[in-house]
Amino acid sequence: MARSTVSGAPVKSQARRSRALGRLVFLGPGLTYLIVLLLVPLALLLSYIPFRRGRFGGIVYELTGENFTRLIDPLYLDVVLGSLKIATIATVIALLVGYPTAYLIAQLPRKWKTIALVAIVLPFWTNFLVRIYAWIILLSGPGLVNSTLMDLGLIDKPLELLYNQGTIITGLIYSYLPLMVLPLYAAIEKLDPQLREASANLGARPARTFLSVTLPLTLPGVITGCLFVFVPSFGNFVVPELLGGGRSIMVGNLIRDQFLKARDWPFGATLSLALIAVLIVLLLLQAWSARRA
Amino acid sequence: MRRPRLMYVPFWMTYVFLYTPIVVLVVMSFNSDDSPYTFGGFSLKWYGELASDANVREGLINTLIVAVGSTVLATALGTLLAVGLARHSRSRLLDAISVMPAVLPDLVLGIGLLVFYATIKATLGLYSVVLAHTVFGMAFVTAVVRTRLANSDTSLEEASRDLGATPFTTFFRITLPQLAPGIVAGALLAFTLSIDEFVIASFTAAPLEPTLPIVIYSMVRFGVTPEINALATLLLAVSFTVVIAAQRMTRLTESLS
Repeated sequence: MARSTVSGAPVKSQARRSRALGRLVFLGPGLTYLIVLLLVPLALLLSYIPFRRGRFGGIVYELTGENFTRLIDPLYLDVVLGSLKIATIATVIALLVGYPTAYLIAQLPRKWKTIALVAIVLPFWTNFLVRIYAWIILLSGPGLVNSTLMDLGLIDKPLELLYNQGTIITGLIYSYLPLMVLPLYAAIEKLDPQLREASANLGARPARTFLSVTLPLTLPGVITGCLFVFVPSFGNFVVPELLGGGRSIMVGNLIRDQFLKARDWPFGATLSLALIAVLIVLLLLQAWSARRA
Repeated sequence: MRRPRLMYVPFWMTYVFLYTPIVVLVVMSFNSDDSPYTFGGFSLKWYGELASDANVREGLINTLIVAVGSTVLATALGTLLAVGLARHSRSRLLDAISVMPAVLPDLVLGIGLLVFYATIKATLGLYSVVLAHTVFGMAFVTAVVRTRLANSDTSLEEASRDLGATPFTTFFRITLPQLAPGIVAGALLAFTLSIDEFVIASFTAAPLEPTLPIVIYSMVRFGVTPEINALATLLLAVSFTVVIAAQRMTRLTESLS
């Protein structure tokens, strides 16, 4: 203050005031909104964890750890592990199909590249439920897949293609495959073709070049793609409900049922925390691998 | 460059996999048979049924109200927040909070809001879905606008400030026009996501005011009817038009700027 001139002082404090005002006007509304409608609801949800459901509904406000012990009850643990398994299989298949697809798209001439990419994204912009519904028609007893197989004489009577784990996995891959292809494409596209040429010129076979040059350099894309498929698959409840026929339930169904059917909010909140915890671990892994790359 | 032959198998499989269900849906929507599985000839009768279905019409109107309402809110809040985060804050915590709704599983956001509305004893209605959709719409608008801000030239803003303009004059005369394409893209994204959104809406909508995805869900859940094929085809047509229009528009704005 001592250094500022008589005329400079008010200008400076005015600038400071207008900066504070700017912060208030630009950050204030959005942050207030996120606090009230995101952070407070999440805090409220998690605040139910240490309590339990009363015998006739409602909540008993007595501290208890029973929700965590229920989490490792085989009845519920199987559901969580089963969901992990289903989401992992879906992610691995999506990667195996998505990688070569993204690789070939990246080699296409410019014009065809755009068309191929838009064609990958288009189904993703159509209603999620409608896309799942399409599979019910395709895979049902008299549906196209069964009738084609019968016409070809490969089977005598319709296969039971609907309402099992395989159907759920198919539905999940169908829903999220574009999210696998896009980050893979972005990673492969950035790759310098000279590196692969150099590897080939030095006598490496294509498989060797792929394993020691292409794959390591596109690993961040692989990890992002896997995350984009795994995350929405793991907590999904719509696909298992519509394509799983309610028989093979996933953790998403379990959580939803705690809120809409069983009215057991404390246990539902604990399951949600478990879901978030798994996802946070995965996000940290991704951040760690991105920093290393 | 070498393109191993073998790789064409998964490549074409991907496209066949992605488009077979869509083609079947569209073809079956013009079916004159009552069966959703066998094609008996061309007819528009399912579109007629659809047009006279009051549930679908109501759902569609509700969805449009929710999408417009939440897009307007999300665009205004998200744009301000993006500018605030890029120009008036260095906090990584605030950055993290701003993207949280896009990363959080929709199921968790949905039940969080369900618990919140129940706690404050709010009666659910269309407004509760609008407020819920604004949460994630805003995250996407903020992200898109921030990318635009990161690529934009700050020297114009500095010049405006040096010439004595207040932050607000600078915002309206310099920043906002520069950001316009990003804001439009963000708004379009928020709108499309809201139209399609089912999970969060299913937790925050009043039972008597369902959005279209909720109506579709109960139709699918309670039996297969060819009417859904007609609805699906119309929705596909709308999404395809919007995506292609957006593609054209971004190319147009890119060539202009």
